[in-house]
Amino acid sequence: MKCKVCKAPAAIEIRRHHAVFCKEHFFSHIVRQVERTIHDYDMMQPGERLLLGVSGGKDSLALWDILTDLGYDVDGVYIELGIGGEAGYSSNSLQLAEQYAKNRDLDLRVVDLAEEYGYTIPEAASETRRVACSVCGLSKRYVLNRAALDGGYDVLVMGHNLDDEAAVLMANTLTWNVEYMGRQRPVLPATRQGLVRKVKPLLRIAERETAAYCVLKAIEYEVDECPMVGGNTGIRIKEWLNVLEAQRPGTKQRFLFGFLDRASEQFATAHQEQVQLQECGRCGQPTTGEECAFCRLAERMTRRG
Amino acid sequence: MKVILRNPRRELDIDGDASVKDILGRLDIIPETVLVIRDGELLMKTDLVMDDDTIELRPVISGGLG
Repeated sequence: MKCKVCKAPAAIEIRRHHAVFCKEHFFSHIVRQVERTIHDYDMMQPGERLLLGVSGGKDSLALWDILTDLGYDVDGVYIELGIGGEAGYSSNSLQLAEQYAKNRDLDLRVVDLAEEYGYTIPEAASETRRVACSVCGLSKRYVLNRAALDGGYDVLVMGHNLDDEAAVLMANTLTWNVEYMGRQRPVLPATRQGLVRKVKPLLRIAERETAAYCVLKAIEYEVDECPMVGGNTGIRIKEWLNVLEAQRPGTKQRFLFGFLDRASEQFATAHQEQVQLQECGRCGQPTTGEECAFCRLAERMTRRG
Repeated sequence: MKVILRNPRRELDIDGDASVKDILGRLDIIPETVLVIRDGELLMKTDLVMDDDTIELRPVISGGLG
């Protein structure tokens, strides 16, 4: 198979684009797709300070690389979740993130959940008897926004890819969770004080492509799956979507972008009409109750002694 | 050939030469869900893997949806 641009030996096939690329033209394709996404959704403006949520995985490291290549000056923030103990999953992921930042002279700040908030994800999952991904998602959303606010950043950049977003949309559609569907946008604007604008520039890039980008650029990333994620709904939905994608390339992209282009606005409007936000009594973040879900979790973890 | 699988990490031996497409078919793996890596380079579905090669089938699906 030959690159569709230069006819050199192919490095990767992207079936939904009916395209085969050599290494160099794959890189330029990916960079162009991200550039187009940033531009189409008006994600960030010149001079804005950008903070990227870095996990040490393929998506965030590929995105850091792509944004740097595009000329953006982006700092990273890593959240130490305390998963897997010493020399385990979290510490290995941190090491990979630090190694990437150090090699390229980029700024990575680390927020240790245990040091700053008094708990790890395994402890919170065990104490609350909730699924680990649920307490992890809640903690990461809060801590990333807080890190961006405290650091004076204008934009929080996230590494969610096409597969992540299609799977979230499928999960929310299967349960008609219209509130969550109303929030699923490429850009979540800072609608209230205390919120930093959140953007997802990898929306058009499949996770196989971010992984391929890292392998071909020799970027070492965390390949092992989080040990707490086993059998969760998100991964099962991704597997189902991949079965459909194999039969009809482009299914995931059509599903997600059909929603974003033709339906999401209606859900967003319905969502805004339904939700009355107020400030959390503890931290001041917007919430629907008197205290936000994160403060309730942190308080419970403190009280357990 | 030696085939390295991840999550959890394990190894398989497959006798003889085979194309990437055949190997994935035999193992019932959807091509969209893995990268096939030999010596740091990606293999295409039509590429031939020789009996004395080592390849890694690296899954690309990750993460909870939080």
